[in-house]
Amino acid sequence: MEIISVAIIPLMIFAIIAHATAKRVKVFDAFINGAKDGIDTCFRILPSLIGLLTAISMFRASGALTIITNFIAPVLSMIQFPKELVPLAFMRPISGSGALAIVRELLSKHGPDSFLGRATSVMMGSTETTFYTIAIYFGSINVKDIRYTVKAALLADLTGILVSVYVVRLLLC
Amino acid sequence: MLLNYIWGGLMLVSLATALFSGNLKEVTSAAMAGAAEAVSMSFSLLGMMCFWTGIMKIAQDGGFIGLFTRAMRPLIRLLFPRLPKHSKATDAIVMNITANLFGIGNAATPLGLKAMKELSLLNKSAVASNEMCMFVVINTASLQLIPSTVITLRQGAQNPFEIIVPVWLVSIAAITVGVTAAKLLALKE
Repeated sequence: MEIISVAIIPLMIFAIIAHATAKRVKVFDAFINGAKDGIDTCFRILPSLIGLLTAISMFRASGALTIITNFIAPVLSMIQFPKELVPLAFMRPISGSGALAIVRELLSKHGPDSFLGRATSVMMGSTETTFYTIAIYFGSINVKDIRYTVKAALLADLTGILVSVYVVRLLLC
Repeated sequence: MLLNYIWGGLMLVSLATALFSGNLKEVTSAAMAGAAEAVSMSFSLLGMMCFWTGIMKIAQDGGFIGLFTRAMRPLIRLLFPRLPKHSKATDAIVMNITANLFGIGNAATPLGLKAMKELSLLNKSAVASNEMCMFVVINTASLQLIPSTVITLRQGAQNPFEIIVPVWLVSIAAITVGVTAAKLLALKE
């Protein structure tokens, strides 16, 4: 398993460049064009990142987060879900930048090789910004009734959030 | 949108809690630290993000992604059995899902919006069709082959990549639940 994890990225990059070279694509020109998109994306999320990271830091520093996590602690210990991951679980479906901010904070506080660091990473990598996606996709067409979409999507998120903790416990620790 | 309430709520609750608990000084310095942290975080992501979007652009231009698009087709037929085989909707869905798989967000979203438009032309109603719900549910799950952002954030780990296989397993579990729920709820209604 570890071999796959380490090898997939170099293998993929090799295959992509070899395939493109064989097709006579100007690979460096294409790379530069693509990298420009990365700059756009990075700076596009900056304002919301600033707003959300500030709000999350304040929420934590004020003690409000501790009050809430203490309140739901019994349920968490019942399902063996670490309380440190609760903010991410709530933020993930709502805001990508917000979730990113929380992941960054958890990683620097606990270290990427700790159980919490790994569980955070897996949770972040295996879930999406559900509400945002629903809003822009259905917002783009004339549909008033989106039926069971939210229910099914949140069920998938809940699965991702819970399973990432168990998978990390099982495979990486 | 939802974030207006959440952000406003976070700020107001933080400040009110700080007033009562006497953490005012901590909250103020947290605000300044948070804002600075956001900027340094963007910069730490910038390099790897650009590298990755650059590689993915090569994959797009060279037709590497096209290879996967073809392989994806039968799977999509399975999830959307009522769609005509070579409709524009099917094409857009297949391309959107492949773009998601390779983490090309700025290609996936326009393709996804196009898919929604094509689906709405087939639907002609203010109530979402089964296909629309299924398509959006799939897009709200993570399909990324390489979770590049998380890997970048894991700089400094002994092995930043060790999470790739676990991420796949969890994604598969989540998307299976989402797709099954969507199918079952469609039958129930």
